[in-house]
Amino acid sequence: MAGTQTERAREHKDRPGESPAEYLDRYGRMRLIRRFEQEIHGLFLKGEVHGTTHLSAGQEAVPVGVCSALEPDDYAAGTYRGHGHALAKGTDPEALAAEMLGRATGVCGGRAGSMNVIDLPNGLVGCFGIVGGSIAAATGAAMSAQRQGRVAVAFFGDGASNQGYFHECLNWAQVFDLPVVYVCENNFYGEFTPMASVTAGGEIGIRAASFGMQSQVVDGNDLWAVREAALEAVGRARGGEGPTLLECQTYRHYGHSKSDPAKYRPPDEVERWLARDPLDLARARLLDLGLSDDDLASKDAEIDAEMGRAIENALAAPYPDPEQDSGTEFKE
Amino acid sequence: MSELEFRTAIRDAIDEEIERDPAVVFFGEDVAAPGGVFMTTPGLHDKHSQDRVFDTPISELAMAGAAFGAAVTGLRPVIEIMFGDFMALPMDSLVNQSAKFWYVSNEQASVPLVVRSAVGAGGRFGAMHSQIHATWFQGIPGIKIVAPSNPADAKGLLKSAIRDDNPVIFLEHKRLYSMKGPEPTEETVPLGKAAVVREGADITIVSALRGVRDALDAAEDLAGDGIDAEVLDIRSLRPLDHETVLESVARTNRVMIVEEGTRVGGWAGNLLGILAAEGLHDLDDAWIVATDDTPAPYSPTLEDAWLPAGAEIAAAVRERLGVAAAS
Repeated sequence: MAGTQTERAREHKDRPGESPAEYLDRYGRMRLIRRFEQEIHGLFLKGEVHGTTHLSAGQEAVPVGVCSALEPDDYAAGTYRGHGHALAKGTDPEALAAEMLGRATGVCGGRAGSMNVIDLPNGLVGCFGIVGGSIAAATGAAMSAQRQGRVAVAFFGDGASNQGYFHECLNWAQVFDLPVVYVCENNFYGEFTPMASVTAGGEIGIRAASFGMQSQVVDGNDLWAVREAALEAVGRARGGEGPTLLECQTYRHYGHSKSDPAKYRPPDEVERWLARDPLDLARARLLDLGLSDDDLASKDAEIDAEMGRAIENALAAPYPDPEQDSGTEFKE
Repeated sequence: MSELEFRTAIRDAIDEEIERDPAVVFFGEDVAAPGGVFMTTPGLHDKHSQDRVFDTPISELAMAGAAFGAAVTGLRPVIEIMFGDFMALPMDSLVNQSAKFWYVSNEQASVPLVVRSAVGAGGRFGAMHSQIHATWFQGIPGIKIVAPSNPADAKGLLKSAIRDDNPVIFLEHKRLYSMKGPEPTEETVPLGKAAVVREGADITIVSALRGVRDALDAAEDLAGDGIDAEVLDIRSLRPLDHETVLESVARTNRVMIVEEGTRVGGWAGNLLGILAAEGLHDLDDAWIVATDDTPAPYSPTLEDAWLPAGAEIAAAVRERLGVAAAS
């Protein structure tokens, strides 16, 4: 499958949006997410990030591939494992880091924290702390999008495919022909429990068939494969041909949340997935397409510098002042 | 003088707001082609396009969630969750998405959304079609709760709710749908403001929804015994207008709150708590008349006994004031 995708990448590289240079930028966005999660992990251990946090390292190709198929004013809804969703949709890394740190300069002024990030100017209608919430938010955004010529995307995990939100909303979207793409990031674990032991039917993509909905199972660690599937689904949505379910199979490098060492995952399984790290796959493909080690090294340095500045500035930002934060219950 | 029926007031309010604002859409189960199970919205689908008024699957969670997502991206949805009892199903979206968005987003956007439902007992609908869900939501910051008791208020409050930029739960008592009353004198009625619907000097009776009609009946009854009762229609349960009640109690020095719901966990208890904290010096007596601590029963004899009615309200006042009935 990887070989086929590489061949296709080679064939398509002169097409608009498919050049190695553009993929290098997408790889850079993936590295930004990876570096962000590493920094947040470190800051959590130092007590700078509070409560809990859910890291998406290992899953970067999904949001980056999907969002690369969107226009800036299209909508997306993410999950409590949503740092990657926000960064892929265009949220400023410094504002996102400041939010994690509870600072006044955070994207939500420090009111949201890690699990509930909202960034409407970048089309992120929200990240939701309740499993499945993003599915409804994107479905509703698609009702507006249908009138505005836009598209909405829901990111959610395999666990959410067993929630009422999933079944009710997929039926809803199909009935109303909504321009929405449901992107299931299947990382094979719902919190600590293996997906297979609590999910009937084997795969999630197949569930779309019962709604008469288009679906595709995608290698979620292959940026090119995700983007290709997303372009097709987004094109269908924008063309008035209704919703699509994409099951993107991937793997998280960390546990479910900060308190989870993920000892329930067999070591050989972890090893197998780490050998298919989406960043490594992207680097190999880019070299194969003619980019040099120097091209990659300079992109890495650029991203690392950006992340360094973002974290430094976020750490220097003030906490919100309870005397000054005049939050209101209602909009007047 | 022409009279307005409660259900027509609801329909007219939605109709006029769809006409006024292209962002307003109305959807729910059986609301469009069939016109609503209580015949509250007939004709709206024919008059407006399918884009503006449409029937949905029986999927309350998807309905509330879709309404939320639509509301933060430019639409102003009015949805009908048919019976208030069904509000247990969409609670996650309403409580965790709509109610929190304005604050948690650091005020990036609010959620202009109205959720209408038929509520209350007395229709012999049994335990799962007779509840008033207001108190399930009353402790949630960020969501307004509106409870009209007459056709004019129903129209003006619903129009205000649709124009409000925040999520609003709108209660329609089943035993008010066929009530007729005066046409509204104002275009809208402000949310969060109680109304003095009968002036009196001896006691303040506060209620909501159908309970206001029962309290007015009781007040008429009590007038025959020389008891001059003031009746307040609380009209909104969040925000809860305790100021108007405090002003009334400062004059009458007694307050009875009548709630169709249980005493523990009810809005009457919330209100009485605020009155005690802020107006104890004005209070000679204060109590609550509520329903029994059981689900609403089906059998007419049981359900009638379960509900606080006018006679029961009047009897409670007489007993508390130590006045015998005149006849």
